[in-house]
Amino acid sequence: MAKEQILELLQEDAKLSAKQLSVMLGEDAGAVEGAIKQYEKDGVIKGYHALINWERAETQRAAALIELRVSPQKDTGFDEIAGRIMNFPEVESVYLMSGGYDLAVTVVGRSMQDVAMFVQKRLAPIEGVLSTATHFVLTRYKDGGVIFNNDYEETDERGSNLCD
Amino acid sequence: MIDYDKLLNPVIMGIKPSGIRRFFDIANEMEDVISLSVGEPDFHTPWHIREAGIESLEKGRTRYTPNRGFSQLRKEVSGFLSRHYGVEYEPDTQVLITVGGSEAIDLCVRSLVTPGDEVLIPEPSFVCYVPITQMAGGVPVTIETGPENGFKLTAEQLEAHMTPRTKLLIMPYPNNPTGAVMGREDLEEIAAVVERHDLLVLSDEIYAALTYTEEGHVTFSSLPGMKERTVIVNGFSKAHSMTGWRLGYAAGPREIISPMVKLHQFAIMSAPTTSQYAAIEALKNGDDDMAYMRGQYDMRRRLIVDGLNEIGLKCFEPKGAFYVFPSVKSTGLTSADFCERLIYEKHVAVVPGDAFGPCGQGFVRISYCYSVKHITEALSRMGDFIREL
Repeated sequence: MAKEQILELLQEDAKLSAKQLSVMLGEDAGAVEGAIKQYEKDGVIKGYHALINWERAETQRAAALIELRVSPQKDTGFDEIAGRIMNFPEVESVYLMSGGYDLAVTVVGRSMQDVAMFVQKRLAPIEGVLSTATHFVLTRYKDGGVIFNNDYEETDERGSNLCD
Repeated sequence: MIDYDKLLNPVIMGIKPSGIRRFFDIANEMEDVISLSVGEPDFHTPWHIREAGIESLEKGRTRYTPNRGFSQLRKEVSGFLSRHYGVEYEPDTQVLITVGGSEAIDLCVRSLVTPGDEVLIPEPSFVCYVPITQMAGGVPVTIETGPENGFKLTAEQLEAHMTPRTKLLIMPYPNNPTGAVMGREDLEEIAAVVERHDLLVLSDEIYAALTYTEEGHVTFSSLPGMKERTVIVNGFSKAHSMTGWRLGYAAGPREIISPMVKLHQFAIMSAPTTSQYAAIEALKNGDDDMAYMRGQYDMRRRLIVDGLNEIGLKCFEPKGAFYVFPSVKSTGLTSADFCERLIYEKHVAVVPGDAFGPCGQGFVRISYCYSVKHITEALSRMGDFIREL
């Protein structure tokens, strides 16, 4: 069985059941279920989330991408500082980047002020953080491979043409 | 006042309009209809192919091409047929680029059929063969196929329909609407009859790239002795998701391709230039996209067959194209009633099987060129429909 196919299919739609996956892949349902369990155990599959368009949910929410320049520590490099940052519940993701800065941190709060406070009070003072640059997200057009903005959502323009 | 009825060609006036127009009108008026009715890919034309078309426009390459199509494209077609199906065609004399597979079918029938000639047409099948035959003055002789043979044509059926006027056999496999394919063994039986009765064959292989058997698609002309009797029709619509580009091709003996070119040059001049540039790119660098899309269709195919069987619509396993053709006889409804009630009660659109020939009565055509999510939702609504009947 091409196991990566299970991952690809689940990445697209986590709600597919093991039964559906097994039918689609022409495999035994038990084998697919076993493979998924193993992926979960091995930490390959880290979770199953709903992809929510918060703008539509009319919930107060602000998100920002923060570029951090940090000085790497002896022995641990960037790991220790990244470890401290990712422990904040406000932090959604932490990436170590190549290029002009070191860590890309996405932070979510109830308001822009919330996020700004978090950066000022929590992130910036961390020892080893040299500078921060906060970029607020204005609109999410696409996320997780899905188009969020209705105006850009594709409509099926195929007609019911019998002569096909 | 002009009485047009007296002036128009009675042959075209006598061709029955498709009976399901009304049904599509219902679907178009309704909101939140989930359609499983269309016969074209949901994938966009791969970007690199679109880009090749755009680039040709930017460079102002917007003139006629040679009547037969660009020589480079014919070379690529020839290479494609050789690489995938093991048949060799001379690009200069045995390949013609057409406006979709449909034009190639029309040209071939008109080049071969004279008034009174009989054309054998297995049904259920694509709706164009009968009218095209009639327009050429030929006599369409339909052959009913059914689920007992997996909707394949058998040698016995073929023999039973043979007369001294039989000239041409149309081979519509992989089949729209049933999804049936014919493997080498099946085709060998047919080839023997073709040989014995000295027939010509028009093999419509537009769905060749969408074959899900281990053996893969077998081109009719690859059978011993059949190349000189066969015109194969293929194209870019289904294999490369290029329906709107309107590009197909025919490959066959130069003696048949040559009159087809004659007709083509008078009616069409040359196939669209932009599309031909895109098609060159499709054949050069499109094999991976083709394999990817086939893989996606294959997954959906399994999902929908399993789903239909689960809700009690018996479904023979299709091995080609992107259609399933389940029987709705267990519901006691005709194809048309089934489709009409399904769309009114559950807002799901599928196509009545008898649109593809009278023997399609009792079946419906369901297309799976839709996302898994869309298919799953449609299946669930259909399940409710069956339970509530």
